[in-house]
Amino acid sequence: MSARRIFAGPARFAAIAPWLWMALFFLVPFGFVLKISLSQTAVAQPPYLPVFDLTEGFAAIKAAFAALSLDNYRLLVSDNLYVLSYLRSMVVAAVSTTILLLIGYPVAYAMARLPLKWQGIAMMLVIVPFWTSFLIRIYAWINILQHDGLLNQILLALHIVSMPVVWLSTDSAMYIGIVYSYLPFMILPLYATLAKMDPALLEAAGDLGASPQQTFWLVTFPLSLPGVGAGALLCFIPILGEFVIPDLLAGSDSLMIGQTLWLEFFTNKDWPVAAAVAVVLLVLLVAPLALYDRLQRRQLEAAR
Amino acid sequence: MTDEPAKSEPPSEAVAEPGKAAPEAGAADIPLLRIDAVVKQFGGFRAVDRVSLDIGAGEFFALLGPSGCGKTTLLRMLAGFETPDEGRILLDGWDIAALLPHERPVNMMFQNYALFPHLSVRDNIAFGLKRAGMPASGIATRVAEMIALVKLEGLEQRKPDQLSGGQKQRVALARALARRPRILLLDEPLAALDKKLRESTQAELMALQRRLGTTFIVVTHDQDEAMTMADRIGVMDSGRLEQVAKPRELYEAPASRWIAGFVGDINLFEGQIEPRESSRLAMAPRLTITTRDAGTVYVAEPRHPVTRTNVSVAIRPEKIKLSRHGPVPNEENAQAINRLEGVVTDVGYLGGFTTYKVKLDSGAVLRSSMANTARIDVDAYSRSQRVVAWFTPDDCLVLEQ
Repeated sequence: MSARRIFAGPARFAAIAPWLWMALFFLVPFGFVLKISLSQTAVAQPPYLPVFDLTEGFAAIKAAFAALSLDNYRLLVSDNLYVLSYLRSMVVAAVSTTILLLIGYPVAYAMARLPLKWQGIAMMLVIVPFWTSFLIRIYAWINILQHDGLLNQILLALHIVSMPVVWLSTDSAMYIGIVYSYLPFMILPLYATLAKMDPALLEAAGDLGASPQQTFWLVTFPLSLPGVGAGALLCFIPILGEFVIPDLLAGSDSLMIGQTLWLEFFTNKDWPVAAAVAVVLLVLLVAPLALYDRLQRRQLEAAR
Repeated sequence: MTDEPAKSEPPSEAVAEPGKAAPEAGAADIPLLRIDAVVKQFGGFRAVDRVSLDIGAGEFFALLGPSGCGKTTLLRMLAGFETPDEGRILLDGWDIAALLPHERPVNMMFQNYALFPHLSVRDNIAFGLKRAGMPASGIATRVAEMIALVKLEGLEQRKPDQLSGGQKQRVALARALARRPRILLLDEPLAALDKKLRESTQAELMALQRRLGTTFIVVTHDQDEAMTMADRIGVMDSGRLEQVAKPRELYEAPASRWIAGFVGDINLFEGQIEPRESSRLAMAPRLTITTRDAGTVYVAEPRHPVTRTNVSVAIRPEKIKLSRHGPVPNEENAQAINRLEGVVTDVGYLGGFTTYKVKLDSGAVLRSSMANTARIDVDAYSRSQRVVAWFTPDDCLVLEQ
């Protein structure tokens, strides 16, 4: 109720800004994409039909509406290529998120336990890679992973392998690239929840007879779950639509949905199918998000 | 787990420590808790400086001091959150200084309660019992018992967020008591409650302690709280234990000027003890002290011999009476031979009593507080009124430090 009072009077218009932003930069473009996904490809400029022309009168617009169809969506369901791409994206995103969690959690935990003056430095070290362009960093990985690259040289020097390992154009390379790129997005929300945890809670657990391991699993971990959720979503969603990393590091035998979309758009010049792929991807992303939001809301209400 | 002797030494060895006085030899003389010359440093800062203290079974002990005096650090060493740099902490004669918190038969109630926010009231209280490996039926019985003890019936399923401050405090208390600790440590247990609730909770804590017979050690900066609840009070300042005494003794016979000023209000006058003369008015042995601000003050001879000549005379405000023309000459007032004149500069009416500030002719300010015993008070004084302040030699304390 107090939140409502804050937005009384002229200040209330401030609350419109995010809605305006959403409408202008999400809903309107999404409307265009949705419309294109219902169109048919054509050798024209723009490369699809029908085109709405408001100057040609009501009858023409009505005809254009009638020309819209769900054919592209039928194609997505009927052709294995698309279903497999979606599945692969899901698997890659899920596996990557799991690996990120397994690496990110201990790192964030260690960071939160550093002396305060070191925490800032550790945070900087996590963020510093962002100062270099993402593409350059991925190209650097190509260098490291290639036949006579740094990784193989080290493995050979340590006599772990006797022959250079093929890294590039494999799923391993892709997972290395994804985990490397998204690690900060996993660490930062985890660190935020772990750092603000009241140390007295851990002392209380110890005081009540819990060993350090028990304290972790009974107190620290359950209380860090919001951070785990945030980090997982922050990684899972963009990885699901990832294009650059699989394109540069993975093999070409199986595609993620981002790559399929790119192919349809730029190679096949089939804008309507590409648009349909994008719309379905969005629906796939919104569903878990909405579910997560509902769960959180229910928890909040239960707590009240 | 709690009575595992692996890391501590058996009592006989602790007693056989060389250089220890003989009275420790008998097992019956071992106090429940002995803090022996404990030192804790943080960097170059001595948070706790050679503190030695015995606390008996069933005692309600308060560690009192201003913030930063080391009382919380001492408590945390008892709980096991800090390890002493020097000295020993003996529980029943066993050195527990090196034991981890979860290995000690000691529980703590935290200042902000530190309730687990993701667990219900019941699970918070059961937490320690589960860790002790108690069977489920035993846990259920004990939890129900604790909930009844702190009167939280009906709130078992609530989460800490859904409780009021007073309810949280009770859950914290129940959780800390559930394991039946030998010693319950309470870190500022009432600091987060409002004044009314604090007073009723004080009484409940005292009743609970008497009923359970558990040793309570409470850390507080609030002298009223310590005086009300504790059997004995240890006053700490700058890491040192300055005095350990019963509340009354602490108030009426503080060991130093600092304690006199910290515990309650006090009037202090610096002065010099005059050489003894053949007792002129001699009714009781008394010292004559010449002070700069209050002239000559007659003081009852302290029980312990005074070794210095430069001392302070300390008088509690409620021992100083005011009247317009001095005490009525009757038998009761025959002892009131200390008289000072001045002008009332400040009157503070506090309901039960009124405090006065009297500017003496020497310029010093004297504080007096008088109980408002009559509803229509004929003895009320107003500002800029000239009064005589008087008190007996027995009302005065001689402080050397």
